[in-house]
Amino acid sequence: MITTTGLTKIYRAHRSHGREVTALDGVDLHVREGEVYGVIGQSGAGKSSLIRCINLLERPTAGTVTVAGQDLTALAGRGPRAGKELRQARSRIGMVFQHFNLLSSRTVQDNVELPLEILGKSGKERSRKALELLDLVGLADKAKAYPAQLSGGQKQRVGIARALAGDPKVLLSDEATSALDPETTRSILQLLRDLNRQLGLTVLLITHEMDVVKSICDSAALMEKGRIVESGTVSELLATPGSELASALFPVGGEASAEDRTVVDVTFQGEAATQPVISQLSRTYNIDISILGAAIDTVGGLQVGRMRIELPGRYEDNVVPIGFLREQGLQIDVLGQEPVLLKEGAQL
Amino acid sequence: MQPLLEQACWDTLYMVGWSTLIAVAGGLPLGILLVLTDRGGLLQNVLANKVIGQIVNVARSMPFIILMVALMSFTRWVTGTTIGREAAIVPLAIGAIPFFARLVETAVREVDGGLVEAVQSMGGNTWTVVRKVLVPESLPSLIAGTTTTIVALIGYSAMAGTVGAGGLGDIAIRYGYQRFETELMWLTVAILAVVISLIQFAGDYAARSLHRRSGHSGPGPKLRLLKASTATSKTV
Repeated sequence: MITTTGLTKIYRAHRSHGREVTALDGVDLHVREGEVYGVIGQSGAGKSSLIRCINLLERPTAGTVTVAGQDLTALAGRGPRAGKELRQARSRIGMVFQHFNLLSSRTVQDNVELPLEILGKSGKERSRKALELLDLVGLADKAKAYPAQLSGGQKQRVGIARALAGDPKVLLSDEATSALDPETTRSILQLLRDLNRQLGLTVLLITHEMDVVKSICDSAALMEKGRIVESGTVSELLATPGSELASALFPVGGEASAEDRTVVDVTFQGEAATQPVISQLSRTYNIDISILGAAIDTVGGLQVGRMRIELPGRYEDNVVPIGFLREQGLQIDVLGQEPVLLKEGAQL
Repeated sequence: MQPLLEQACWDTLYMVGWSTLIAVAGGLPLGILLVLTDRGGLLQNVLANKVIGQIVNVARSMPFIILMVALMSFTRWVTGTTIGREAAIVPLAIGAIPFFARLVETAVREVDGGLVEAVQSMGGNTWTVVRKVLVPESLPSLIAGTTTTIVALIGYSAMAGTVGAGGLGDIAIRYGYQRFETELMWLTVAILAVVISLIQFAGDYAARSLHRRSGHSGPGPKLRLLKASTATSKTV
């Protein structure tokens, strides 16, 4: 649904000779239709530039952006101003913002009607659609209120209703929950998830909060210094040994209790989660296993368990039991050892 | 004495009224253009921005009485005469356009860039941004700026007497100063004070009620330059 190839954005500071900031460095992103895709990274990683390049609020220096089969970079034209075709394409992409960006001079209903005004819809059609959308986001009673009279969560609901006014297939969310408290964040994420399911909406969101990815994303990408370091569906990521994103999504704690011990992270997914592997391991090899930390959680709708266990002896002494665990179809990460398979670019 | 003052009042209001209308009509687009053509603006054009900015600066720093004389041939071309009320409106309006444009520029710059981005993301063009975002969102400040301009124009209009345009300032100079009719002078000063207070009050009220309507509880737009002293004395 959204594909970028080699997307690059270089900012040239004014009058600074040769000083350049590379915000995006050849980003290839692929968002499938109907999924919620999260791009996570620290501030300065290039997330904002990425999402702004998707609807060409920022002109990419190089690379292409395709949304719903339409090459937007080809529509952009050469000048800095957006041509008619690009503007039409933008109206089919909804966008919600961290700071809501509602017009304070307009009522809630008039804010939702704004995109419809731009599309040239009649007054009757506008108000019907706006009220319908406000009902959808649970704010039907606030239609005549002004944004300043609403709470942060309510403002973002208005922002979402406004983004949906043009019946978009794609919704871009620029840190939509970053200015909200945890509880409101949950309700907004729930709303986005519901909309994704009900309307078949494809959602691309950027965030710096791992919880956001954990609670609603089907797929995720990790961004660092303008590059995508890891990406994939959540279950793919969890199955990737040494995945930074997987361990951040699903952290387990616990330090080795003594020098000559081997610490192993075991990740259970699907079938494997039901087998009594730890007691089998203990019985088969007659070793004492201590559990340092463990958690079961739902990540992207998947039931996942992760356990950090400690085996006596060094890694060399435990090659066979670790091999046994791998045979059981579990994902094993041995701490302090290089992962067996390195995902491309993971070391950069 | 009464018909004299009455006529002068009307002359002042006539000149100020028309020149305000023209100043707003000219200064509003000019001020918006100053923001749009600036670096990073929607119509970025550094050269145009510099040129407009320079013209505005020069016109603003020109003493009004000199501007009036300098514009005489232009005034004659527009109104067919260089004396009387109509002739005074031309330099008044031209003097006030850059003044108002700067106030518009300040007001429009205060509008959050995120709102512009939001409208762009909906597929709005530059004209949509101006109409739906920049003007409505800065309206309280624009009204405050208009009030300031009207008050400034009343001040300028006192000099319009030199081209025989009449008005309150003219009365104060000709009768009060040149004929030593001190009473008449103080009377015109009092009338001017009342008129200015009324205009300022009406402007503040309009700006504040617009600001409040959108749910704000703060003190409102910051552009009430002339009210600054009264505002502080009230809070003390």
